[in-house]
Amino acid sequence: MFVNQQSGMPAEKADIISQLQKDILRLQGFRSKSADITPDIDLGPVNTAFPNAIFPTGAVHEFLCAVKEHSAAATGFVSALAGNLMRHGGACIWISVARTLFPPSLKTFGIEPDKVIFIDLQRIKDALWVLEEALKCEGIAAVIAEIPEISFTQSRRLQLVVEQSKVTGFILRTSPRNANTTASVSRWKITPLPSELEEGMPGVGLPRWHVELLKVRNGRPGVWKMEWADGKCVVVSDNKAPASTQERRLKAG
Amino acid sequence: MSKRFVSIWFRHLMTDWLVRKQPGLQNKPFVFTAPVHNRMIITSASPAAEAQGIRATMPLADAKAIVSALEVFDDQPEKGSQLLKALGEWCIRYTPVVGLDLPDGLLLDVSGCTHLWEGERPYLKEIITKLRAIGYDVRGAMADTIGTAWAISRYGKVTPIINSGEQAAALITLPPAALRLEEDVLARLQKLGLYQIGSFMNMPRAVLRRRFGQQLLLRLGQALGQETEVIEPLYPVSPYEERLPCLEPIRTAIGIEIAVKVLLEQLCLRLQKEGKGLRTAILKGYRVDNRMVHAEIGTNRPSHNTDHLFKLFELKIPCIEPALGIELFTLEALKVEDVSPSQEALWIGNPGLKTPAVAELLDRVAGKIGEENIRRYLPAEHYWPERSIRPAADIEEKPTTAWRTDKPRPVQLLFKPEPIEVTAPIPDYPPMLFRYKGKLHEIRKADGPERIEREWWLDGGDHRDYYNVEDAEGQRYWLFRSGHYSGDNSQWFIHGFFA
Repeated sequence: MFVNQQSGMPAEKADIISQLQKDILRLQGFRSKSADITPDIDLGPVNTAFPNAIFPTGAVHEFLCAVKEHSAAATGFVSALAGNLMRHGGACIWISVARTLFPPSLKTFGIEPDKVIFIDLQRIKDALWVLEEALKCEGIAAVIAEIPEISFTQSRRLQLVVEQSKVTGFILRTSPRNANTTASVSRWKITPLPSELEEGMPGVGLPRWHVELLKVRNGRPGVWKMEWADGKCVVVSDNKAPASTQERRLKAG
Repeated sequence: MSKRFVSIWFRHLMTDWLVRKQPGLQNKPFVFTAPVHNRMIITSASPAAEAQGIRATMPLADAKAIVSALEVFDDQPEKGSQLLKALGEWCIRYTPVVGLDLPDGLLLDVSGCTHLWEGERPYLKEIITKLRAIGYDVRGAMADTIGTAWAISRYGKVTPIINSGEQAAALITLPPAALRLEEDVLARLQKLGLYQIGSFMNMPRAVLRRRFGQQLLLRLGQALGQETEVIEPLYPVSPYEERLPCLEPIRTAIGIEIAVKVLLEQLCLRLQKEGKGLRTAILKGYRVDNRMVHAEIGTNRPSHNTDHLFKLFELKIPCIEPALGIELFTLEALKVEDVSPSQEALWIGNPGLKTPAVAELLDRVAGKIGEENIRRYLPAEHYWPERSIRPAADIEEKPTTAWRTDKPRPVQLLFKPEPIEVTAPIPDYPPMLFRYKGKLHEIRKADGPERIEREWWLDGGDHRDYYNVEDAEGQRYWLFRSGHYSGDNSQWFIHGFFA
């Protein structure tokens, strides 16, 4: 798809270039479709934003959360992604410098909270060291880190590590001072959206988010409205009626 | 292999110690005294005082009559054993089994140690010259039994090293006091004219027992090797310990790394043969300046993987301060457990907490930042949110109850609920507005209340009525009112954020 069809270029040269570009994609953690028939994470229409239409695992994803409320939404979304990666019984490591995560809530997003190892640190420097060590470890399904700042060099290190180990990393940048460039494969911004219920029903509905894919390497950024329903993330369109009530677990106390 | 023992006798333990502390006292007559029955009795005398005929157990007044310039110090009853213990610790560099021989000696089990110093004579010479260099007037002897070594160190005149099996010949000319006998037995032997061990050594045992009691036979047997005698070691020898004496004192990080590698290889080989793995290990370095430095590691699962354990020690090496150099390294496995043969092939593609890689990662993290920062949580059977989870004891502990999902719980839970200002129109209705951190939130949707009572057997106080609310921007919060509704006096708090 990236083959540059320049006039006058010999056919074999074009082949070589296309092969090299495929190799680059593979080295950057993007698997081709034939390599894995059932991708770990299926986000429906969002998949088209990624190269080869597969959510890049074995890469580092970055989420910007400006305020606590956004951070809660991003945590929910990331937990949903990590939950998919942990389906085969893998472990997850959660690194943070100021953790407020409440483990029992992870169960809602498909993670067994007792399979998550929390590492709480005081300093960002230590957190980055642990993050790098954890990403090196091949037995881990996902590594999630809540840190405010990461420099380009540090993110580049992480990217090089995951290219070797194929571990998926999620960095939640909680209240970053500046959104500097990083070597992460994608950058997201998740904000909460008002939940919607069937007409006339009282109470709070299912978690709904405004998912912005600000940057993605070799892909197309986009904006979606997503909802956590029936144990998976689904894209909701504006005109679509909300899911029927009996599927929901309304929590009227 | 026959046992070999060294007995070291500190002839002037207390006075040598004082001279070390106050070098001005060198070659001066001085004594330590303690009151006994209202008299000051000398407990120890310096070599200069002894040369003038002052002995321990002599009254101070008599001694003053002999040497008028005698300096007198108060005896410190515990000091002697403290000194011996410190000296015994220093001696661990020569053998792991060092025992105290109160009041003025040390006993060393040196079986199998002497070849490291190329023979018994250089070995004993090394210990004695080093101790003399420190400033202690010592005599040492080596023999097959503790009894003979003790006797030769105190009374021997010919050679300090008694060859294997020659105890009897060495003891013949020594006085009976060399057998560590009690005063009255010695007095009786003296009265009967038995001035040398040789004169009663071959008497019939029944005769000796009748006249001098069982103790003489026991001590004689111990000296000759017919009765067993063991040293009570200063520090119990760990069954899994490796030692590495260094030819030259080690001062560099590279040197320490090599020492750790060598020790780990020896230890892991042994553990592997026995199907064991270590959980905690301690590396001790004995420094030239008589201090000990140590580094400790722990693992989550028993391990005999040299590479992994080395990585753990590698993180600790910067904390080891070699100063002038480390002479001896010991590596001790404090806690050893059976290790199940790893079936790594089975775990590929099914990674989980049991993967060795994860356990090794956690070991490294624990080594660097401390184990207390690594947590895993299990559900606890409490409704009170703060108590609904409990930390897991170890990496393999399984939850005994299922995680509950029937009630909504926030993704982010504040460590401490923060007070908010609300406008709540009707009792038991969610608030309409609330102000948190200066920002006004208008509540559009709400669920609740979910009343959570305090467990009165754990703590007292008000119950909480939780509401799950959503504001106009779609941000979802977990609020609660503490206690019953009471008009404007109701206290409201924010406790969490939903995804």
